[in-house]
Amino acid sequence: MAGKNCVGIASDRRYGQYQTTIATDAQKIWKIHDKLYIGLSGLATDVQTFIEKLKFRITLYQLREERDIKPSCFAQLVSTMLYEKRFGPYFVEPVIAGLEGPNNEPYLCAMDLLGCTSTAKGFVVGGTPSEQLYGV
Amino acid sequence: KDYVLLIADRKVAYSVVALKSDHDKIMHLDASKLFAIAGEGGDAVQFSEYVQKNLHLYNLKTGLPLSTKAAAHFTRNELATALRKGPFQVNALLGGVDHSGPSLYHLDYLGTLHKVNFGAQGYGGYFCYSILDRLWKPDMSLDEGVALMNTCIKEINSRFLVGGADFTIKVVTAEGIRVLDPVLASSA
Repeated sequence: MAGKNCVGIASDRRYGQYQTTIATDAQKIWKIHDKLYIGLSGLATDVQTFIEKLKFRITLYQLREERDIKPSCFAQLVSTMLYEKRFGPYFVEPVIAGLEGPNNEPYLCAMDLLGCTSTAKGFVVGGTPSEQLYGV
Repeated sequence: KDYVLLIADRKVAYSVVALKSDHDKIMHLDASKLFAIAGEGGDAVQFSEYVQKNLHLYNLKTGLPLSTKAAAHFTRNELATALRKGPFQVNALLGGVDHSGPSLYHLDYLGTLHKVNFGAQGYGGYFCYSILDRLWKPDMSLDEGVALMNTCIKEINSRFLVGGADFTIKVVTAEGIRVLDPVLASSA
């Protein structure tokens, strides 16, 4: 969610299989750079694979462009990467939170597993309880 | 504290028949890593041998042993790549000791990797997680660890429908791999 020139991002830390909880320290939010975070929920293996591929692309971007990627540009990258697998998708639901531009305007974006972006001003949600989160 | 302890049952079943009761399901990936595998017969052996040979190749190519974390991530990548081509029906626990100490990784057949303090694959978890949750604490000595494992084995053998099996117990320490005898239940 966004505040005045700031954003926050939160996730649970459960890794479970059906009713069994295997771990309570799973990482679901990753820092891309100081002003950009991505949260990934969904199928755990795809979350891990997708973040590996994403880190690879961002490292290359950093090396080539010698600057941090803009949140809106990053969201476009994520969306494209997901849609490339249109007929065999990664089962992940990304939530992107960052600050864009010299004025640190909050940038919030959620996506479905095929990369359909939905940007919002106040808050974005994703994951199993996303409908419930909208209510909260 | 300075070891990883893995146990696995020794039964190979073919529908309702027990084909073999002394099968070793814990493979030695190299001198400091153990790979306990649960899964479909052929896949389990083929995949674990594939990982073992690839680790050996890395060692031959570079002259360096892989860290446990690197080996776990390599294995995860193989499983994740195979997932959408021809998945391996292999759930595993990978444990090893390297320069950063002991570590245990929980791997499922989809390629989900998680570093854990203790873990279980298969039905064992239903019986053992609560015991491990209650009794595991950091920096346990090997004797305490073996006692905890024996508690888990007792629980499985008394409450699990397909219990009453022998178990392989192996431990990795900085010195290497040792096979412990489940009956003796000591660290000798």
